[in-house]
Amino acid sequence: MATAALDSHALAAHHYSSTGLDNKKIGIWAFIGSECLFFASLISTYLIYKGHSITGPYPHEACNPPACATPLKAILNIPVTSMSTFVLLMSSLFMVLAHSAVVRGDRKYSKIWLAGTALAGATFLGFQAFEFTSFVHEGLKITTNLFGSSFFVLTGFHGAHVTAGVIWLITLLFIDMKRGLGPRDAINVDICALYWHFVDVVWIAIFTLVYLIK
Amino acid sequence: MAADHTPGASDTHPDAHVDAHGVTHGEHPHHPDWATYKWVALILTVITVGEVWIYYTPFKENRLFVPTLLFMSAFKFATVVMFYMHLKYDSKIFRVLFVGPLIIAMIALVSLLFLFGHLALKTG
Repeated sequence: MATAALDSHALAAHHYSSTGLDNKKIGIWAFIGSECLFFASLISTYLIYKGHSITGPYPHEACNPPACATPLKAILNIPVTSMSTFVLLMSSLFMVLAHSAVVRGDRKYSKIWLAGTALAGATFLGFQAFEFTSFVHEGLKITTNLFGSSFFVLTGFHGAHVTAGVIWLITLLFIDMKRGLGPRDAINVDICALYWHFVDVVWIAIFTLVYLIK
Repeated sequence: MAADHTPGASDTHPDAHVDAHGVTHGEHPHHPDWATYKWVALILTVITVGEVWIYYTPFKENRLFVPTLLFMSAFKFATVVMFYMHLKYDSKIFRVLFVGPLIIAMIALVSLLFLFGHLALKTG
């Protein structure tokens, strides 16, 4: 009787569902599924409006008078975005290594890889801030044309997700430094990792559809 | 760098608990090791370099350019989901929770592009 009570207490602490799977993990996968629909709607909007802007600047083509008051070059900076894409891809590698270190109970490397992931995420955001600033200086704002509206909404929402991920990673890093993350915390790092990788795969789609395909 | 779960190791985590109904709680299924993660990172980097490289080549004018990029992107997407998100190794329930909405999202995207692109052109 006492053993059964202890078992039920332990199960309640771990929040397992009747499937034997952790509720948090089921929750994050359901959330990621809903996020697929959210980003699909934003990408659809971008693709539908692609090529329908009446005024420049345009993503891939130069804009000359009379369409633009002054000549404007193609606005997307592929080399810079390629670098930021590489940084985000590497952050996913750092994240799996952080999770692996937490599962092993390796406190030194869990801190290193969590910090590395957060730093890579912050670097990606720095690239995005640079890109947005340069676009505004070149005359592209959210209200300029259809491209500006759909581009800033899509990449802005992705950037907001990256920001949330960086905050989440810094929180985990803070907990790790305060009391240490061990195998018992692996599920909490795992759900953060799933969110982070999802943000990465969304960028994989955005990079191709927005930046590389004319 | 040591692997957390070496190939061939037991699928059941030391913390796993089997209840009276035979349901195992807290098990961590077999996850890839460091070598797999390293290869995945290398493959993702090579494909990304390939994507950017073909963007700057005359192949950009070829009609196979867009399908090639879409294939490369889909391959990268699937690789991250299968290996980094462990969907290849985890429970089928997670696969259903992700792939189901993803299919709906793809159908919605293609339908919207068809409605606003193809049909809009036909109707003027």
